[in-house]
Amino acid sequence: MAHRWKNDLSPADATPPWAYLSRRALMLGAAGAGLAGLARPLAAATDDALKPNDWDEITSYNNYYEFGTNKGDPAKNAHMLTTSPWSVRIDGLVDRPGNYDFADIMSEMTIEERIYRLRCVEAWSMVVPWNGFELADLLAMAGVQDGARYVAFETVLRPQEMPGVRFPVLDWPYVEGLRLDEALHPLTIMATGLYGKPIPNQNGAPLRLVVPWKYGFKSIKSVVRITLTDTQPPTSWNKAGPREYGFYSNVNPNVDHPRWSQATERRIGGGLFAGREPTQMFNGYGDQVAALYDGMDLAENF
Amino acid sequence: MIDSLNRLVRRVPVSALYIAGALPPFVLFYMAATGRLGVEPIEALEHELGALGLKLLIVTLAITPLRRFVGLNLLRFRRALGLLTFYYISCHLLVWLFLDVQIAGQIWADIIKRPYITIGMAAWVLMIPLAVTSNNRSVRVLGPRWRQLHRLTYGAAILGAIHFVMLRKGFQLEPLIYLAVILVLLGLRLTPKRPRSTAGIGFRP
Repeated sequence: MAHRWKNDLSPADATPPWAYLSRRALMLGAAGAGLAGLARPLAAATDDALKPNDWDEITSYNNYYEFGTNKGDPAKNAHMLTTSPWSVRIDGLVDRPGNYDFADIMSEMTIEERIYRLRCVEAWSMVVPWNGFELADLLAMAGVQDGARYVAFETVLRPQEMPGVRFPVLDWPYVEGLRLDEALHPLTIMATGLYGKPIPNQNGAPLRLVVPWKYGFKSIKSVVRITLTDTQPPTSWNKAGPREYGFYSNVNPNVDHPRWSQATERRIGGGLFAGREPTQMFNGYGDQVAALYDGMDLAENF
Repeated sequence: MIDSLNRLVRRVPVSALYIAGALPPFVLFYMAATGRLGVEPIEALEHELGALGLKLLIVTLAITPLRRFVGLNLLRFRRALGLLTFYYISCHLLVWLFLDVQIAGQIWADIIKRPYITIGMAAWVLMIPLAVTSNNRSVRVLGPRWRQLHRLTYGAAILGAIHFVMLRKGFQLEPLIYLAVILVLLGLRLTPKRPRSTAGIGFRP
């Protein structure tokens, strides 16, 4: 690792539990007072734009199609997933291929808090205080060989624990991929926690990828396999809709999804009268990652 | 059984349907404004209103086949159901315009550039003449042309279902079920009419 990434969002930006708990208590009171509840979104609009979303927002509004396609389905169904014991198979072009036990990985890794913006391809966004470790550290544990150019990831597939996979919404298991330099970038982490607690199942327990400058679907959940390859690996959404989802899927307000604009996004948590905000190139991480794509046509390589 | 059901249904005033049908958008709006529709109330409200409209359109389309194949006569509710469908879809459109997109330039760009929005808008536009002519005077003035005009309902239903199929990501079952139900209800209208009465003619002395 050339350099470690420095967080521009401090722990002070994370909502302390007393703040969101009291806000919820206020909400209940407001709801009781009838239309006074309308006041909440107006108050929220004046909040700091980079304040992380609260626990409820992050854990109740999820895309994890293995548990159902509605936003509330993962929170409802993901408790069925067994996350312990858990191991990650790391193979392909590595010096030490094998099944790495989750507990062994955790004992080797340095866990840090990373407060990242998350921009979904569906044009909504959140700010999430993740806990996790740099993917580069995990890959170093396995020893990346010289010929490796890409990293392929795979989500667990357990039909008896995942009601959503009964229907072929996607070609299961969910697979994703990164170029090796993207995977080794210090911004790229494997998240294992949220707000200092173990990551809930609906958010991708026990460990998931987080690549904050790409659309959320690139940040594959509940990873069971990581394969180093010399060829570009297939990715689930690209297989489902090659015209709509490219391999790179970098957040880019100038390249629209064929079915909707990517120029703006709505921050979750603003309530019924929240406006849209402009989407930032590379989700605001351009200073750190734009150099990875020097000379590339990002409209062509979307 | 059907006769007693028909008698029962005849006692329900149409006005009750108008009143009950008018309430859900207000209830949903209140729920959305007070955090009872989850953490993304705009999307929830928009989708709920769209789905309600599509469901009501299916009920409206079921009235003719129900009368023909089951003998259940709900014809007197059809106008109310049609108008309520238009009301829900108009609310759905208003939420999209004023709460979801909000930006005037992006609204127009979306309508012309995004096929699923173009199709949804077309379905709503098809319903305008139907809503405007849903009164006794129009039926009288237009005569047989009123029936022809109101076949636009079929087009609006198909476009509405396609709009729903297109906006989902991946291969999803739910919108395809809506589309299939609509196609079946329209297909039933193509079956030859009154096979029993033509058979009966042969037995007449």
